Amino acid sequence: MELLVFILASAMVLAGGLGVVLRSNPVHAALSLVLTLFGVAVHFVALEAHFLAAVQIIVYAGAIVVLFLFVIMLLGVDKSEDLSIEPFPIQRPVAIVIGAAVAGLVIAAVVRARDTIAETDTPLAADGDSNIQLLARNLFSDHVFAFEFTSILLIVAVAGTVVLTRKDKRKVEQ
Amino acid sequence: MSAAMLGAVTPTTTYYLILSALLFGIGAAGLMIRRNPLIMFMCIELMLNAVNLSFVALAVRFGNIDGQTAVFFVMVVAAAEVVVGLGLIISLLKRRPGANADDLAELRG
Repeated sequence: MELLVFILASAMVLAGGLGVVLRSNPVHAALSLVLTLFGVAVHFVALEAHFLAAVQIIVYAGAIVVLFLFVIMLLGVDKSEDLSIEPFPIQRPVAIVIGAAVAGLVIAAVVRARDTIAETDTPLAADGDSNIQLLARNLFSDHVFAFEFTSILLIVAVAGTVVLTRKDKRKVEQ
Repeated sequence: MSAAMLGAVTPTTTYYLILSALLFGIGAAGLMIRRNPLIMFMCIELMLNAVNLSFVALAVRFGNIDGQTAVFFVMVVAAAEVVVGLGLIISLLKRRPGANADDLAELRG
C-alpha cells in the first residue's frame, strides 16, 4: 500500500516536472508545476511531515503558483512560444547531458551509500508528540533567531519589489 | 507484481533520495534549456522542491526534526525569491514583450 502511494505520487512529481520543462504554453507549465507540488505534498504526508504538507499546499500551490499565473495573465504572455527555434544549436544537448549527469551522479552516490543510510525506521513522533508540536518546539527554541530574520527578509523583499516595479513619477514629468 | 508484494515492500529513504535526484536533474536541465524567464523560475522551484523532499526523507530517517525546520526556511526564502524575481520579470516584460533571458541585460542602469 505504501509502495503504491509512493509510485503514484512519484509519477505525479515526475510527470509534472517534465511538463514544466516541455510544455510550450506558460499556463500549462504552471499547472504542471501544481501537479509536482501536490505530488511532493503527498510524499510529505507519507513521511508523516503533516505540517509541511499543509504548508506546501498553502504556500506553494496556493500562493506561489497563483503569483506565477497572475504575472502570466497580467503581462499577456499566455501564448505558446515556438520551441523549435534554437539560438544556440548545442545548448539543448549539453543541458540534457548535464542534467542527466547531475541526477546520475547523485543516484550513484545514494545507491553506493545505501548501507550507510541503513533502512531502519526511527519514527520522529516516538514520544507521542505530534509532528507540529515537535516542529514548533524546534523552531521557536533552537532556531528562533533565524525565524526572526526571515521576517526581515520578507519585509525587504516586499519593499524592494514595490520600489522595483513602481513608476518613477519624477522622471516621467521631466 | 502482485498486490501482496506491493503491500510487503515499503518505500525506503533510498527511494525518496533517488526520486529527489531525478527531480533535481529535470529542474537543472530545464533551467538550461528554456529561455523564457518565467519558466526558468518554475524550474528553480522544481529544484528547491527536490531538495526539500530529500531533507524531509532524511529528517524522518535520522529522527531529527531539524531537517523539517530547514524545509520551512527554504519555503520562506523561495517565496521571497519568487516575489523579487517576478518583480524583475514584470519590469522587463513591460518594457519589451516576448523578451527572453538574454534581454535581462537591458535592465542595467
